[in-house]
Amino acid sequence: MERMPKWADVVLIPLISLLLAAAISGLVILAIGEDPVNALNLMVKGALGSTYGWGYTLYYATNFMFTGLAVAVAFHARLFNIGGEGQAMLGGLGVALVCLYLPWPHWSLALIASTVGAALFGAAWAFLPAILQAKRGSHIVITTIMFNFIAAAFLNWLLVGPLKPRGGMDPSTARFPEATNLPSLHDILAPLGIEFSRAAPANVSFLVGILACVLVWVLIWRTRLGYEIRAFGHSEPAARYAGISPTKITVITMLISGGLAGMMAINNVMGEAERLVLNATEGAGFIGIAVALMGRSHPFGVFLAAILFGFLYQGGAELALWTSIPRELIIVIQALVILFTGALDNMVRIPLEKLFMALRRRGA
Amino acid sequence: MAADTTDGARQATAAPDAQVPAIELRGISKAFGPVQANKDIRVRVMPGTIHGIIGENGAGKSTLMSILYGFYKADAGEIFIAGRKTTIPDSQAAIAAGIGMVFQHFKLVENFTVLENIVLGAEEGGLLRPSLAKARAALKSLAEEYELNVDPDAVIEDIGVGMQQRVEILKALYRQADILILDEPTGVLTPPEADHLFRILRNLRDEGKTIILITHKLREIMDITDTVSVMRRGEMTATVKTAETSPEQLAELMVGRKVLLRVEKTPATPGKPVLEVENLRVVDASGVERLRGVSFNIRAGEVLGLAGVAGNGQSELLEVLGGMMPATGTVRVKGAPIDLTGPHADGQSRRAAGIAHVPEDRQRKGLIMDYAAWENSVFGYHRDPTIARGPLMRNTAILDHAEAQMQRFDVRPPNPRLPAKAFSGGNQQKVVLAREIERGPDLLLIGQPTRGVDIGAIEFIHQQIVALRDAGKAILLVSVELDEIMALSDRIAVIFDGRIMGEVAAEDASARELGLMMAGVSTGKAA
Repeated sequence: MERMPKWADVVLIPLISLLLAAAISGLVILAIGEDPVNALNLMVKGALGSTYGWGYTLYYATNFMFTGLAVAVAFHARLFNIGGEGQAMLGGLGVALVCLYLPWPHWSLALIASTVGAALFGAAWAFLPAILQAKRGSHIVITTIMFNFIAAAFLNWLLVGPLKPRGGMDPSTARFPEATNLPSLHDILAPLGIEFSRAAPANVSFLVGILACVLVWVLIWRTRLGYEIRAFGHSEPAARYAGISPTKITVITMLISGGLAGMMAINNVMGEAERLVLNATEGAGFIGIAVALMGRSHPFGVFLAAILFGFLYQGGAELALWTSIPRELIIVIQALVILFTGALDNMVRIPLEKLFMALRRRGA
Repeated sequence: MAADTTDGARQATAAPDAQVPAIELRGISKAFGPVQANKDIRVRVMPGTIHGIIGENGAGKSTLMSILYGFYKADAGEIFIAGRKTTIPDSQAAIAAGIGMVFQHFKLVENFTVLENIVLGAEEGGLLRPSLAKARAALKSLAEEYELNVDPDAVIEDIGVGMQQRVEILKALYRQADILILDEPTGVLTPPEADHLFRILRNLRDEGKTIILITHKLREIMDITDTVSVMRRGEMTATVKTAETSPEQLAELMVGRKVLLRVEKTPATPGKPVLEVENLRVVDASGVERLRGVSFNIRAGEVLGLAGVAGNGQSELLEVLGGMMPATGTVRVKGAPIDLTGPHADGQSRRAAGIAHVPEDRQRKGLIMDYAAWENSVFGYHRDPTIARGPLMRNTAILDHAEAQMQRFDVRPPNPRLPAKAFSGGNQQKVVLAREIERGPDLLLIGQPTRGVDIGAIEFIHQQIVALRDAGKAILLVSVELDEIMALSDRIAVIFDGRIMGEVAAEDASARELGLMMAGVSTGKAA
């Protein structure tokens, strides 16, 4: 018995949650003496009103797509990967090593190799928490959180030490060679006669992100591995009954998840900064959790949620620039979105279900 | 032809004396969305009687009792307790109205003593000691009055399920219950424990208490009730005097058609041994030995029934043979030893060795409740080349096959896209059974094949098991329903505390002898 139509579950609930979050955000903006309508205008114009704004929105969205997919894949096995941040940092290291220490004739080859490098390093960082969970029962939430700190400290050391070029004044690697620089959306769209901002950081990684969404969809719903991952996530005793090894699935799922988180580095490190800087991830690993929650762990949902959070990020930066609204307010807005779409899901769901049941009864 | 309409039946119960009924329900209805769980239920239960309510799973028995105990609010209808119209918004009100409930799954605090559990929720004043003293005195008189002996200072987790159930009954009586509702009370009891429970219930009845017994076991209804109501699809189809009815008639009223209560089968013609088990031992995670040297064998074309009270090692035995749990000892299938601890001690290798497994707990193990029926139709066999092409699943082929299979096994509704949780217990079991039988295994392990399964489906499942036996397969049947074991098996082994107590040919077995062995008494016929 379905309590309500699927479209209401997938579209209506997130939308209502979002509107509630927006309404309360408006009240907060009102409370600090600014005009919420004006603020919304600014955000929309700043994030979506120009190709420059779009370029930033999509750039952020690409980061969130990778980290969101990472959390979503793990969540299908009921594993909560909080370590996207650390895995993405290590992914950055993988990209830096590939770009700095191997000669590349063309960006496309460099992109493929960097993607592999990023995924391998990210997966490696997820491996230890995974094996600890599978063999020792150490809770993956705790271990992945701790691994974020270890990753940060490790990169700190690398960037002020071994990886810093001689004479460098800031904690970062050298610039990557020209041949590894990725084409931006401007470069890609110009031959098609579409004018796109040259200054915006969105680049070819956005397309890789979309490809990743498609591949994750195939993995989860079309492959044997996806079938086993979901089965394990629904019921471990049942997985054991079917001869699916919990250890193996836990490890494999976390490797895929860590790999996806690591792949974010092709966007921020290779595509934008073109070198590895300190704290390159800027919290995108954590935003991925919200993105996966809001996207219901479905790749298409993750795609949409990533765009939304890209919008919030870019729009929030614009707010801070043009009003006295502090940049921190955007964190409040994001938190409200997470609160309403994630934690308070039932607050919207239950009344809506009742409404649909009542409608149906009247119809019957 | 006895009274089988509601009207005639009601007269039958109401006519003899003009007493006020202890409980009367008038026109109770309750819907969950479009599902009508209870429809215009009318029944009267006289004080000082034992009234049975029987019906298949999903017939609405539990909903009705939940309304009576204040868990659900009825959409329509009235409740009269001892002639007074009563509304029961919550369980506190039910207790105040003198209704006590003994749930199928006990609601006791495991690490509290009996006395503490009885007082819980009925404490008086700020200090515990006076309440405990009062309860201790009350408990003593209750124990003498009704044969309800329990040690008030024993901790719940240290006493057996039979005792725990007595604590639940005492809890209700301590709260001055005049009407006691028991939901499937014998499911976890050995036959002697069940007999003791029935003695207690008769004592309670003779003291003027009113008892409502919800069960799906026809034998219990016949044994102990004075009157019985039959529910089918949310409606109360009949209320009759137990003395004036028969199990066959009740079964027919429950299902709505004639039902074969006995399993039709010819004598077995066993062949070569298929499964040989020698000295099997299992130690669980907390260091307790669950199987203590179990040995037996099953030949082709034979059903070995393993009887025993739940928790005596039969679950572990199934899990070991199904590859879900490591063990020591020797197990051979068709002469070839199987791996009990190494890398091949898993469900995949077992299936490859020709062992199919219908697990005891189909909802937690045999099925993924959120998977559609078609996805479940290959669960465990999903690495077979006919199911997966390289890394990809052949979803359309699986879907088509599942649809045909559901037709063959009469799964209702035959829609492979519905999730497993949308099917009734019997239909879920058919999905599992179809999957495990259709690949022609040499050995079928089947645990509690008809637990939570409606009568109509039981018949079908039993026929399938017999047909598989007649096709020359070996079957290990584990069930806590002694009737089922006796009806289906060719040989019966009894397990108690991790050991096989004895083995008898089915035609020589008596329920009494098996009952004794199930309680740990060796009858000298040990194999």
